[in-house]
Amino acid sequence: MGEKRLPDFPEETTSTTNKVVITVVGKDRIGIIAAITSCLAQCRVNIEDITQKILGEYFTMILVGDTSQASVDLTELRRRLNHVGEEIGVTVYLQHAQIFQAMHRI
Amino acid sequence: MLFDRAEILETLRMLELENLDVRTVTVGINILDCRGESFPTTIERVLAKIRRITTPLEEVTEEIAGKYGIPIVNRRVALSPVALLLTGKEGERVVELAHQLDQLAQELSIDFIGGFSALVHKGFAPGDHLLVDSLPLVLSQTERICGSVNAASSRAGINVDAILRMGGVIRETAEKTASRDGIGCAKLVVFANAPEDNPFMAGAFHGPGEADCAVNVGVSGPGVVKEMISRHPHASLGELAEIIKRVAFKITRVGELIGREVAQKMGIPFGIVDLSLAPTPQVGDSVAEVIEAMGVERCGGWGSTLALALLTDACKKGGAMASSFVGGLSGAFIPVSEDAGMSEAVRLGALRLEKLEAMTSVSSVGLDMIAIPGDTPEEMISAIIGDEIAIGVVNHKTVGVRLIPVPGKRAGEKAYFGGLLGECTIIEVNPFGGGKFIRRGGRIPAPITSLRN
Repeated sequence: MGEKRLPDFPEETTSTTNKVVITVVGKDRIGIIAAITSCLAQCRVNIEDITQKILGEYFTMILVGDTSQASVDLTELRRRLNHVGEEIGVTVYLQHAQIFQAMHRI
Repeated sequence: MLFDRAEILETLRMLELENLDVRTVTVGINILDCRGESFPTTIERVLAKIRRITTPLEEVTEEIAGKYGIPIVNRRVALSPVALLLTGKEGERVVELAHQLDQLAQELSIDFIGGFSALVHKGFAPGDHLLVDSLPLVLSQTERICGSVNAASSRAGINVDAILRMGGVIRETAEKTASRDGIGCAKLVVFANAPEDNPFMAGAFHGPGEADCAVNVGVSGPGVVKEMISRHPHASLGELAEIIKRVAFKITRVGELIGREVAQKMGIPFGIVDLSLAPTPQVGDSVAEVIEAMGVERCGGWGSTLALALLTDACKKGGAMASSFVGGLSGAFIPVSEDAGMSEAVRLGALRLEKLEAMTSVSSVGLDMIAIPGDTPEEMISAIIGDEIAIGVVNHKTVGVRLIPVPGKRAGEKAYFGGLLGECTIIEVNPFGGGKFIRRGGRIPAPITSLRN
């Protein structure tokens, strides 16, 4: 009997060099994810992870994005996301992932 | 996900709701290589060096604050003690240097320049005499210049002559800024065991043992600690120490991250993170409220010293784990006017000068931003400074004194300083003075380090 090979799982990278965390909070409504993700697509930010939760009428979404191919810098990206957030009535926070690495990992 | 939801939301909550910020990025600069053949040349060289090193500071700090979504509240510069530049023959030109530095600070968006300082723990050199004499003019005629005098150390003992003199300097500075409640004194600290890498004002200077320049960082975070304590109303004090330690770790890591990145972008070495919990006059950003959240009825009430001891020690332990290079003052600040809770406690009569003195024996700073009656005699001010300095020297710790005699106002009236300096009720001063004692002058020998009590 030949050795059983485990399927190849791509190794998850823990590097945060080009990673950003985008947090969206506000009242739930239709189209929040669509609006935010299309803004990210326009800025060429690749979404690597996304999680959302609705508590009562409140919506929170956390996105991890890769900015290595981004067409704009962080300041501009934040400006655009804030603009989209204002249009749909949610607050958007953009932070480089390294701050979470520093605070929550030894 | 790289981080879990709870971690990300916790960080956001700290930044958005609990006033976590980087209180100061302070660039220390050695100016001792700026001596010229004449003092005007020296001034020129000092200004040129500061300009060369700090020109990118505003842009770099703004970029990094944006990158991490964390406010960097103050940009500051700490110079080598200016007295070391002086021969004592410069006269009024020392004040001219202060004016020029003040203008430069404004131009480069630097909030404060510290280092109008003299190290006189063992005695005065001619330059020290001139610097100390010029302080009332410098502090009353400039906005952004801070001064300090190290009057004692655990190794050298206590220079009582310096303490005696500082009582007069403080009174004179207050009178020269009488229309603004003596605000000049808010920019002056009398130290024992002054640290050489302190990023916080008014006592920051770039010590003679430091490299040519360095980035030192001070974080904030009483609000974060208070919220965390409030969430555990039934925790025992041992558990509380653990909770505070964990928060202090996170806060300090932010400081370390920001400091290293600023240093790297500016092309100068990273110095230290100062672990101090630094309050602001904003409600919710107060060390007094932390003590009250632990269960003391009002800051200054019985139990306050113990609570502060627990807080300071836990902050140091968590912080020391978070950063390899910890320095500066590193403890919990208890400045009365800058902390809304402390200020309120003084108004209520819960917090008295004697209790503040006791609390400083377990925290890091000293008698800080305390408004006293304007007619407090200078010898009495010196005796108060002497008492505080004794605590520092005997216990081998840093203490600083920043007292503000408010001209024309009495105990119970209110003093207003504005901005981060805040406001407070003028505290009552025990009228039984030690003038005759302190007037003896001289030096008190360094304390023995064996036979500990």
